[in-house]
Amino acid sequence: MTSASQAAAGGRLKPGFAEPVHGAQQAFRRILQAMARPGTLQDCGRDLDPPPGLSPAMAAVCLTLADADAPLWLAPALGSEAVQGYLKFHCNAPIRDDAREAAFVLADAAGMPALDACAQGCDRYPDRSATLVVEVPSLAADGRGAWRLQGPGIASTASLAVGGLPGDFPARWRDNAALFPCGVDLILTQGHTLAALPRTTRISDPVEG
Amino acid sequence: MSAHADSLAAAQTVEGYNFAYLDEQTKRMIRRSLLKAVAIPGYQVPFASREMPLPYGWGTGGIQVTASILGACDTLKVIDQGADDTTNAVNIRAFFARTAGVATTTRTEEASVIQTRHRIPETPLTDQQILVYQVPIPEPLRWLEPRERETRMLHALGEYGLMQVSLYEDIAQHGRIAKTYNYPVQVSGGYIMAPSPIPKFDNPKLHRNPALQLFGAGREKRIYAVPPYTDVRSLDFDDYPFDVEHWDTACALCGATDSYLDEIVTDDAGGRRYVCSDSDYCDRRRQAGDTGAAR
Amino acid sequence: MYVAVKGGAEAIANSLQLLAQTRRGDPQAADLGVAQIREQLGLAVDRVMAEGALYDRELAALALKQACGDVQEAVFLLRAYRTTLPRFGYARAVDTQAMAVRRRISATYKDLPGGQVLGPSFDYTQRLLDFQLLADGEAPAAPEDAEDPVAPTMPGVLQHLDRDGLIEPSPADDATETPADVTRAPVTYPAGRDTWLQMLARGDEGYLLALAYSTQRGYGNAHPFAGEIRLGEVAVGFVPEELGFEVEIAEVTLTECQMINQFQGSEAAPPQFTRGYGLTFGHNERKAMSMALVDRALRSRELGEQLVAPAQDQEFVLAHSDNVEASGFVQHLKLPHYVDFQSELVMLRELRRRFHESRYTREAAE
Repeated sequence: MTSASQAAAGGRLKPGFAEPVHGAQQAFRRILQAMARPGTLQDCGRDLDPPPGLSPAMAAVCLTLADADAPLWLAPALGSEAVQGYLKFHCNAPIRDDAREAAFVLADAAGMPALDACAQGCDRYPDRSATLVVEVPSLAADGRGAWRLQGPGIASTASLAVGGLPGDFPARWRDNAALFPCGVDLILTQGHTLAALPRTTRISDPVEG
Repeated sequence: MSAHADSLAAAQTVEGYNFAYLDEQTKRMIRRSLLKAVAIPGYQVPFASREMPLPYGWGTGGIQVTASILGACDTLKVIDQGADDTTNAVNIRAFFARTAGVATTTRTEEASVIQTRHRIPETPLTDQQILVYQVPIPEPLRWLEPRERETRMLHALGEYGLMQVSLYEDIAQHGRIAKTYNYPVQVSGGYIMAPSPIPKFDNPKLHRNPALQLFGAGREKRIYAVPPYTDVRSLDFDDYPFDVEHWDTACALCGATDSYLDEIVTDDAGGRRYVCSDSDYCDRRRQAGDTGAAR
Repeated sequence: MYVAVKGGAEAIANSLQLLAQTRRGDPQAADLGVAQIREQLGLAVDRVMAEGALYDRELAALALKQACGDVQEAVFLLRAYRTTLPRFGYARAVDTQAMAVRRRISATYKDLPGGQVLGPSFDYTQRLLDFQLLADGEAPAAPEDAEDPVAPTMPGVLQHLDRDGLIEPSPADDATETPADVTRAPVTYPAGRDTWLQMLARGDEGYLLALAYSTQRGYGNAHPFAGEIRLGEVAVGFVPEELGFEVEIAEVTLTECQMINQFQGSEAAPPQFTRGYGLTFGHNERKAMSMALVDRALRSRELGEQLVAPAQDQEFVLAHSDNVEASGFVQHLKLPHYVDFQSELVMLRELRRRFHESRYTREAAE
């Protein structure tokens, strides 16, 4: 992990993927797997060393998918010059003030904007919607308060334990699902692990025990 | 599908071109489209399809999707009409062997990525595989309404009455639904989707398939997807349920009675033989000692 | 057993070799140099550049040589090359008013400032085969200098109408607005004029010609006048991000056509002439004029005219204009379809069996 002193030294830009073409391809396949199989945990960005605030998995998502045609929005916790400089240099992605204009909305669990404050797409073009990428304190296949997941990509049910999100998140997610085919998609990151919830995934009550 | 540094050495590409031909910016654009396609099953995502060194209509959509997902560690299988040895399949496989240096195979179970035109392999796919379809006309409503402005609105409203009427007209005229390939399906209870011109024989394989299914239409500039384990229903009526093709005969080479058969004209006197369209499936059965019914 | 597709790889290799041999033709005839194509088949080069959407005379000539002179195949080669090129940014809009004119004619004024400049044209050649060209041609001499040299630049014809308000104003040049780019974003309908002008400029010449022709024969309500056609060279300017000021990066040959059309007026607009615009790489008046007529037809909706003709139907016109797309899809019918065909055979036999059964039942009942 990056030490604070290293980051404070500033000026020196952290590198992106050691092999940009293959690094992005490998990260993409993990992200694609995550989106196609909601709830599965994917190892992503293990060889990255991004500036503080940006986890390796979140950095991998940005390096793989963001560019001049895919603007970003950053929560205050990600607003440091080091993070902005990293994203601008490696992705060349414009950073927007309004989450509604961003293709990728990057946040920590506490700084996550309301789902309906991000681009929702429209009935004719529901793909013109945002993907939220949220770094959470914990992300595991199961555990206390784990959600039961159902929907496309899941054989019967899957389970995912996410720490740090607001208690009413399942209700907010139901509101998002009600907008189908519009609505946002969500990538959850924790260190170098990520999981995804496309808008079609239904969260039901926490698994008992 | 873990990454091995040593396999990167295998990623020799044609000089002057990027790995898997497409430039990285194009791949990112397609990758973003693919993720949205997976998130909205059966919905056609418009994408800025590029001109490819193969003609439009010859698999440019499938090739762009494959090029955007393919990595040095993948093993690629390409089929056309179910066969690995048709000229177009040979050509596309050679294109990726040349531009991406990836391993190729004809064995369905060895492949991590399978690009196909007009068939789904007979061998069941696994959750470690991705099936990429080449799609000529992605819009299932196109023959009922030629204008994109209109069809997009019909999808937005979920207004699929036109399609029901068209299928019902078949029944009124022929006593059954006469659509035989590219038979329309409904994905996860939502969008109506063109499964590409696979025979309806293959439609049941779309349903709850463990593999991720990606569809690329290059000329029409659309990408869509069916996530794994997703409900895919072939449209029908309660009193006219969906059914598939049947043959009264078995494969002349391997004796299979459960596979899709191609009809081959053997002489000028009306002689016919039937053989598996899936060449790998047929080969494996013959290697295992099965023989044709009428060799 | 006979399986036509076996040995695909070998068949492809042999086919390529035969093609190369066919391309070369009789080795007794001298090999055709790319420079010869570039200089002596210049209009074919121009068409390949226009529809290939890449201004490079050398590569267009190479594509023509490689394609055995098949223009559409050459266009395809150039497009497939173009798509791999890195993109540095967008050039500034070219200023055709500043064109170094080699030819400029107007069908609407007998004489006007700058004059009519005939320049190089097939128009008055009488189309008699010139058998002298069968022999080795000598370089023809340049014509004697005209008494009045062509003005270095000349103002556009339509500005004389513009001044009196007789024609709708040309859309303002808005440098802040980035036009659509059909090579970077998928076209969605309804498309704006920036999108369709790009698509027409890349579109198939024969297709545009036929559509334009249809508007003159009553399929649409066109009453066009060729206000101005000009051919010449213009500078292409580019502002590199790191410099911040415009530099000239190229000089290109363009053909521009401003078509003048009647307009009855509406509740909002007085009766006035309207514009149809055509612009192509190289020297190609047929394409530029066709494009201008089709552009005007596509503006029917905006101008509140009745939409009755194919050339006014935006999706019909635009979705079928690209000959790389069209040629690919028409010719994909050469690919094997025996799986789908087998499906149809099974169904057809079943339908015929039912047909005969029911007839037999009917006849038995009678």
